[in-house]
Amino acid sequence: MTATTSDALLEVRDLTVTFQTPRGPLDAVRSLDLDLEPGGALGIVGESGSGKSMTSLAIMGLQPRAARRTGSVRLLGRELVGMSEPDLRRVRGDRVAMVFQDPLSSLNPYYTVGLQIEEAYRAHRPGVTRREARRVAVEALERVHIRDAARRVNHYPHQFSGGMRQRVMIAMALSTEPELLIADEPTTALDVTVQAQILDLLQEIRRETGTGLVLITHDLAVVSEITDHIVVMKDGVCVERGPVERIFTRPQHPYTRALLDAVPRIDDEIGELRAVTPGSAVVPDQVVPTNGGPA
Amino acid sequence: MSEPLLRATNLVKEFPIMGTGGLLRRPATFRAVDDVSFEIRAGETLALVGESGSGKSTTARLAARLLDVTSGTVELDGEDVTGLGRSELRRFRSEVQVVFQDPFSSLNPRHTVERIVTAPLTYQQRTVPGGARAFTRSLMERVGLDPDHSQKYPAQFSGGQAQRIGIARALAVGPRVVVCDEAVSALDVSVQAQVINLLRDLQREEGLTYLFIAHDLAVVRQIATRVAVMTQGQIVEEGDRDSVFGAPRHEYTRKLLDAVPRIRPEWERQRRANAARSAGAPA
Repeated sequence: MTATTSDALLEVRDLTVTFQTPRGPLDAVRSLDLDLEPGGALGIVGESGSGKSMTSLAIMGLQPRAARRTGSVRLLGRELVGMSEPDLRRVRGDRVAMVFQDPLSSLNPYYTVGLQIEEAYRAHRPGVTRREARRVAVEALERVHIRDAARRVNHYPHQFSGGMRQRVMIAMALSTEPELLIADEPTTALDVTVQAQILDLLQEIRRETGTGLVLITHDLAVVSEITDHIVVMKDGVCVERGPVERIFTRPQHPYTRALLDAVPRIDDEIGELRAVTPGSAVVPDQVVPTNGGPA
Repeated sequence: MSEPLLRATNLVKEFPIMGTGGLLRRPATFRAVDDVSFEIRAGETLALVGESGSGKSTTARLAARLLDVTSGTVELDGEDVTGLGRSELRRFRSEVQVVFQDPFSSLNPRHTVERIVTAPLTYQQRTVPGGARAFTRSLMERVGLDPDHSQKYPAQFSGGQAQRIGIARALAVGPRVVVCDEAVSALDVSVQAQVINLLRDLQREEGLTYLFIAHDLAVVRQIATRVAVMTQGQIVEEGDRDSVFGAPRHEYTRKLLDAVPRIRPEWERQRRANAARSAGAPA
């Protein structure tokens, strides 16, 4: 194990994910740096095509096979880039867990949620008995406030609502007590009242277990509520980073400003959207991939 | 007080539940829309808001006559259009058009913009005023698209541009009412703002009337004149935008409003003040 003096939870340096296209190499993520202290919450915001989801996959080494990943990803001082697949698999799910947008496609419809949590847990805790794994599964469901957990572990995914399924995913992710939870648009598919509950849950988990959080989202209001540092991405590049309050009160980059101007506000007394005008140089309407390779 | 342009009265829509019917037994039904009534005056925007399964989209489809009602009536300009047959519906469709959520799945990928936006006129066996080319160009200009792209295909446009094509198609027949069913929900925030502003400009310039279906309350705040809140197939609260947002009466409306994630207002004020200061002009 390579230890460093750094006590950062996550330290990403110069992360680049490159695809070979017929027109030459294309960087989905370019020279990205990220820092997260233990127990911290980092928000990565961007629009579609900004590279935010590719970033979350690349942190875990889950980028598509066609992509090349370079740079450095250190988790608690251990370098993940270049780590062997078996070692990496041990890290994933054990030290780092992920929650995705669509819980239904992440759960196997043929197995009860209890069995799936048990499997995930036993994969990382060899030698654990079924009985012990079952206890962990029930506890995990209780922790995410699923009522009647002892009975609900025997239910199949389709017997849960969308919000409850996302709770199951979070329960599964937390069963191994990871240091870092990466949540990629965890509430995007959910109704607004359910979203509020899941965001509360993520906050509570962070407070009580000290799990670090990387939240990837397109929703500026969501990151403003639950993260303390923000990275704004556009076209694979970080255009601005900083503490959440600074980003929201004194955005420096024109893109961040434009994005904040474009957010429709529910409590806006002005009631007028200061939208970026079409054809503006700042936020092009055109989001079709550019022809070129890296700059 | 002027007569409403579009009026829905006691709309009910029931769907049969699969697998419950038999040879002689009628299937059990699910009531998706349960006694819904609303009115929209010309030039106004009524927003129907609600969560998934609230019946808002079904209500919109009933009002646009894309679905037949189980009971209740839809009136356009005082005329009952609930029972219109095929040929009469054609006339209705030139008055009421729909813009859908996903621009790509609602635009034929094998047709050029010109063919897409002139199709409603073709279906209605109307001549295209001024010829297809010139007509398409002027429509594209109205929705903020480059008219030189009239021979391109949907896949060659971004999501925001594709939604503009969907809007252009809806405008082609010169409708008075446009039903927007989650029309900006799938768009990125910067693009979404552009499309909202386009819809507002079109309303101001051409007096369009909108029935705007959305789950995003912040978007609704930006575009609605009146707001109706739906849950479980019923409208639980209806009123002017500012009264619904500012002083919600129904418990469900309050719950919905409370759940919306917000950027702290004090941050927002500071940001605007800072922006104004650095621009040297009022925000």
